[in-house]
Amino acid sequence: MPTSRHAESPTATDRIEDPWGARTPYGPQHPSWPARVDTFLEDGIDASDVDRWVQSASILHSNGDALDIAVKDGRIVGVRGRAADRINRGRLGPKDLFGWQANNSPDRLTRPLVRDGDRLVEADWETAMGRVVDRSRELLDGPGGWGHFGFYTSGQLFLEEYYTLGVIGKAGIGTPHMDGNTRLCTATAAAALKASFGTDGQPSSYTDVDHCDAIALWGHNVAETQTVLWMRMLDRRRGPNPPAMVAVDPRATPVAREADVHLAVRNGTNQALMNGLIRELLVHGWIDERYVDEHTQGFEKLQQAVDAYPPERVAQICDVPAGQVRAAAEILGTCERLLSTVLQGFYQSNQATAASCQVNNIHLLRGMLGRPGAGIYQMNGQPTAQNTREAGADGDLPAMRNWDNDEHIRQLAELWNVEVDKIPHWAPPTHAMQIFRYAEQGSIKLLWISATNPAVSLPDLARIRRILERDDLFVVVQDLFLTETARFADVVLPAATWGEKLGTFTSVDRTIHISDKAVEPPGEARPDLDIFLDYARRMDFRDRDGGPLITWDDPESAFEAWKACSAGRPCDYTGVTYDRLRGGSGIQWPCNARHPDGAERLYTDGVFNTDPDYSETYGHDIPTGAAHTESEYRAKEPKGRAFLHAVDYEPSPEVPSDEHPLLLTTGRTVYHFHTRTKTGRAPQLDGAAPDVWVELAPDDARGLGIAEGDLVEVRSPRGMITARARVCGVRPGVVFVPFHYGYWDTPASTGPEGGAGRAVNEATVSGWDPVSKQPIFKVAAVAVRKVAGAAGGHAPAPTVGGAEPVGDAAVPRTSGGRAAMATSTVEEAS
Amino acid sequence: MNLAHYLGLLHKAEVDLAAAYRAIGEAHMDEPDVFYDCEKFAAQCDRHAERLQPFADRYGEEADDEPDRLHSELFTGTREGGLGLLRDLHDLYLMAAECDISWTLVGQAGQGARDTDLMEVVTGCEGETAMQMAWLRTRMKHAAPQALVVS
Repeated sequence: MPTSRHAESPTATDRIEDPWGARTPYGPQHPSWPARVDTFLEDGIDASDVDRWVQSASILHSNGDALDIAVKDGRIVGVRGRAADRINRGRLGPKDLFGWQANNSPDRLTRPLVRDGDRLVEADWETAMGRVVDRSRELLDGPGGWGHFGFYTSGQLFLEEYYTLGVIGKAGIGTPHMDGNTRLCTATAAAALKASFGTDGQPSSYTDVDHCDAIALWGHNVAETQTVLWMRMLDRRRGPNPPAMVAVDPRATPVAREADVHLAVRNGTNQALMNGLIRELLVHGWIDERYVDEHTQGFEKLQQAVDAYPPERVAQICDVPAGQVRAAAEILGTCERLLSTVLQGFYQSNQATAASCQVNNIHLLRGMLGRPGAGIYQMNGQPTAQNTREAGADGDLPAMRNWDNDEHIRQLAELWNVEVDKIPHWAPPTHAMQIFRYAEQGSIKLLWISATNPAVSLPDLARIRRILERDDLFVVVQDLFLTETARFADVVLPAATWGEKLGTFTSVDRTIHISDKAVEPPGEARPDLDIFLDYARRMDFRDRDGGPLITWDDPESAFEAWKACSAGRPCDYTGVTYDRLRGGSGIQWPCNARHPDGAERLYTDGVFNTDPDYSETYGHDIPTGAAHTESEYRAKEPKGRAFLHAVDYEPSPEVPSDEHPLLLTTGRTVYHFHTRTKTGRAPQLDGAAPDVWVELAPDDARGLGIAEGDLVEVRSPRGMITARARVCGVRPGVVFVPFHYGYWDTPASTGPEGGAGRAVNEATVSGWDPVSKQPIFKVAAVAVRKVAGAAGGHAPAPTVGGAEPVGDAAVPRTSGGRAAMATSTVEEAS
Repeated sequence: MNLAHYLGLLHKAEVDLAAAYRAIGEAHMDEPDVFYDCEKFAAQCDRHAERLQPFADRYGEEADDEPDRLHSELFTGTREGGLGLLRDLHDLYLMAAECDISWTLVGQAGQGARDTDLMEVVTGCEGETAMQMAWLRTRMKHAAPQALVVS
């Protein structure tokens, strides 16, 4: 580490026009990534005006950028990156810099609402919770009462809240029907990690960017989804000995444009590409035979499976040049420290778990794991998705336990002091789409939705609205705003958010951060933890000795309870305390007696969590999702070896036809998060991308007689939207629509209501990956036609990112002007 | 040689199973996993039947007429709702089991007949049938508590 530092004077940058800010190049020899402290304060506020800086981390993406919240006169007035933190070294992205303004939005929910006929009316907490509890008791009374409850939560609450919700669901009500919107996000990361390595748990560290000599981005537009991680990669690319870069993406994203090899595959063909790349590694002998022998099983089957994928066949299936497949394989095969990162282009496509496991395979074959620069990020999209998974508020059991392992269930029963049979473990927890299906069939009668907006984010929205509208479904929505989903609710509970409550959350690279309370929540809004604890008290959930089931009453006591649950499991938090998390940097789990300061990387010795008594799963047949039994798993004698999974390519369930000749894919822009509940209320972010658009390749646009700004209809067998066209660098045959836009800021407020749709999920497919159950958002067949001309206008799409226009259309450059000027101060080592 | 009878039995079982997968998949289109997986399995059964056909033809020349009572009727139409889905998947499971044990017996006979071509077909197909059964079992285990206990 450098012995002293000096700060350069701050520079101001329009961080809407330039989301990534100035470069601070560095190389693998540099002691560490230089710090650059980014700050944005409300107009008229100077750092010297700030009363207090309160420690937290970013809540609008998964990177876990550490920041301090500026408070003046009891209000949030800005944010500043934390230079000491291992993740961001002071940097912030545009959503971090501007998104907090949504906290102060005048349309925050400040009182509970209850349904009165076709209206929602204000009520007090007693009335609102009374209705929830009355209905709950009525449903719970009688055999199979547990089966009437469904919980659909988020990747945006805090660890303590997920754990509490998980215990309420699993040991209070005893229902398996609990999932998070992490199902639409990071479920495939978890599934792929479990399938290859035995348990969930991201193996690597963000510092691997500092050391790697090649970076492969698998369906991951990191420039727009985790801007600070991209800054780190760009700083390496601009420094000495830069890493080579390979990108797989059907769009010309900033990542694709930066990459040395860009494989713009046809959507839905990832598995064919991966088989082809692995075949090349084997053909050229680019493998670490000793690592494969000692630390893996399944090599022969993999070798047989990939043999059918020579580059020419891959070129035909994926529609990329065979030479590019070879070029990519050469980078992957000849580098010495390979870093991979995987996200929605793989997770939300067909064969999601299969293709993500092939990324793990590449690293296993080359022995590229567990040392500086050699790593895998099976990414998350949401800030606290890691905790939804760890704490068991989704389709996993707490602390990465195996639902099929009786001893793991016994441990939970002992911890919670309940009968073993109280905890549902006859099958894995019910996944989100199945929860909605049970509600559609009328067997789930109470659906409690917290901090997520399925009326915009789930596929086939007409169907989701029909379900939420059902008379026999009692819908509870816990949120900050009256979202599209909340308008269907029977009871709306106003929640406090980030900055208004205390808790912890964990990044992709297992770094735990504390997020302290900076200000009071508005009106009567309450922290989600308080709401869950209140429900548990009113329901009077008891343990088997008649004591209260939930024995904690605030965030820190909830954290301590979670620590006990995590002990001895991969995500061991026992060495972490709130006090240790305050000040300095975040801490990576596992943090325990063996790793008192946390562990930077997992599997450094090549020993994996596949032991049958320890693993989180007995495995699946990856193509079908059929579960293997305990005896089948034990017969493999994994002995700490990782699994190399071999899977043939299969076309996606929906492929283009004469009627629907184009492929639709959905995704994100750098300026928005999810359904814009927060980012749509931050003026700089809203202004940069105010409305939905559809991206077309120049040749497709020409063929359809469509030009920049024309109003275009995108129609699938399920539904239709209209949007203005952006002619840009998406691959031929593919159209892209961002999924952020719903209806809360339109007159219709919940859906198209006879007019044209705005939410692209009107058109997406109800279908999912067989293992991770992630819906297939990236592959739907659509027809596109022009509805009206541009009338001199242009698409409301940014010129930054994947939507960057091509051709000669005059599109004004996206900028934020004075209102988007943030300062950056580079700290030079001296 | 009676092998032809079992080849005929298996061939018909695969053809029937393919038809049942298609009927049940379409009847439960609101369960996308059931719909898509049934389509996939139906195509597998089609391939199994195709691969069996040359052997059925070849051994058929040496056989007496096929006794009808070798065939069983396991599927008589689709049902609706959660319980209906469970019953339909249950029917598929029994039909797949009929194929599964027939593959085993045909494989044994293939060894006795020293017919390496037939054994290769058996090896290529029986694993897929076993996986269909594993999928059906997994799916039914998920569905049973909600369908049978929660009303």
